[in-house]
Amino acid sequence: MSEQKGLVEEKGLLQLKSFRTIPLTYTIPVARIAKFWEGLKEGKLYTTKCKKCGKVFFPPSADCPDCMTSDMDWVELSGDAELVAFTEIHVKPATFSQYPTYIVAVGQLKEGPRALAWLTGVKREDVKVGMKLKLKPVVYEEGRVAYEFVPA
Amino acid sequence: MRKVAVVGVGHSNFGVRKDVNIAELTWEAVKEALEDAGLTQKDIDYVPVGSYGFWYEEPLPAVVVTEYCGLVPKGHVHCESACATGSAAVHLAYYRVASGLSDIAMAIGFEKMTEVDTPTAVEFIGRAGSYIWEFENFGMTFPGYYALLATNHMANFGTKEEHMAMVAVKNHYYGARNEKAYLRREIKVEDVLNSRPVAWPIKFFDCCPINDGAAAVILAAEEVAKKITDTPIWIKGVGCAGDTGNIAKRENLFSIRSAQLASQQAYEMAKITPQDVDVAEVHDCFTIAEILAYEDLGFCKKGEGPKLIEEGQTYVGGKIPVNVDGGLKAKGHPIGATGCSMIYELTRQLRQEVEPERQADIKKGIALAHNVGGTGHSCYVTILGRD
Repeated sequence: MSEQKGLVEEKGLLQLKSFRTIPLTYTIPVARIAKFWEGLKEGKLYTTKCKKCGKVFFPPSADCPDCMTSDMDWVELSGDAELVAFTEIHVKPATFSQYPTYIVAVGQLKEGPRALAWLTGVKREDVKVGMKLKLKPVVYEEGRVAYEFVPA
Repeated sequence: MRKVAVVGVGHSNFGVRKDVNIAELTWEAVKEALEDAGLTQKDIDYVPVGSYGFWYEEPLPAVVVTEYCGLVPKGHVHCESACATGSAAVHLAYYRVASGLSDIAMAIGFEKMTEVDTPTAVEFIGRAGSYIWEFENFGMTFPGYYALLATNHMANFGTKEEHMAMVAVKNHYYGARNEKAYLRREIKVEDVLNSRPVAWPIKFFDCCPINDGAAAVILAAEEVAKKITDTPIWIKGVGCAGDTGNIAKRENLFSIRSAQLASQQAYEMAKITPQDVDVAEVHDCFTIAEILAYEDLGFCKKGEGPKLIEEGQTYVGGKIPVNVDGGLKAKGHPIGATGCSMIYELTRQLRQEVEPERQADIKKGIALAHNVGGTGHSCYVTILGRD
């Protein structure tokens, strides 16, 4: 697509390519689950557990809608998991164009819930449903804080 | 509740429509629907407009398209249920007429996805799973989500990439025979298997195209419908269910539970079983999705979807013809238009007026539309009947 703005032709048809481009950055509150994000920076995987029903949440949730309560415990996850499903993303979203092809996996955590994250340290050909995984906190050079699966 | 019938349907050509803006595109479908019903804008009471948005310039599309189509001062609403948006619009129109609030309502569905470049379109769809938990750090895409369902289905039931390819081959076969479809050429299993990977095991020819299109459906209450047309197509059953945004929170990854629940509601309301359906439109955004639909709708048992396509049972002449208009795969999937496009196709199937090569054998006079939103975030099922 042409970078020229204003009146441009595409496939022989006149288009008005807008001059009004907006950069879009969201600022998302994570204050109520701050321990999760701060824990990742310290190499820990914390999540919430409802004090009333005992349900372990992942991703962490500040509220338990089943019990109508916000009375939650913070617990540490072992990271032990088993692979449920996976894919390798070749056609990437615009804001991921700088990354090489990446594998995404859904893993069943030992503590009950499942997690979705990148799976690194393994080739796609060697990935199998049922393989043992470890979920680990990661801090990237760009300052991004996240977590990844690696083969156990 | 009153009985409600489809009395008019319209459909633009699907494709990369650089020749029209959103209003001009939508007008093509609205004009055809009004002409099909023999009605004018004055006869319409209420207009739900289904569109996902973001990839075109207008944030309030219902206002823009109703103005352009001469529908002012009719009441309207812009509705969204991800990829099931068009069906959400049809159901809103149905509730309005069935309840007695309106005698005639028109559901419009449209999308114009090609006003942004492909990576940006991939981004807008990819963000629609769970933004912070599945996109921000992991860059999920919609082919990626369906690839997760595919690898889990493959592991549980021995489904192969060839089975998925067979769905693409069938849908291209019919797309080639549908004058309104975008991708009008036949392909072979090898073409699919050799196409470039998008989100392994999903390849280029397993994916529906990003494109533009519009469709419109006019619904009327029984007593009005019988005056408008000799061939009303009745809405016999509707169903709607939801599921988690986070795919990791699903009960399992080899079914779409919202589709199972929505179809059960619709079958019960219509008092039919899956075996009564003569022809179906299902949500084949990716080829694995059509295999899941066979199973979730009860056209076969769980795990037997691959066998159904392998035996050719979903072609015209088979047990249950599915997507004989090309489906999302070959007809195209302009997101908001799809649900209305399904009702357009099934209405014409039941009237027996589609191209002869793709006309299903209408025995019981029952057709079913299955429209999944997101990765199963929502599902709308609509059952139509000739009698």
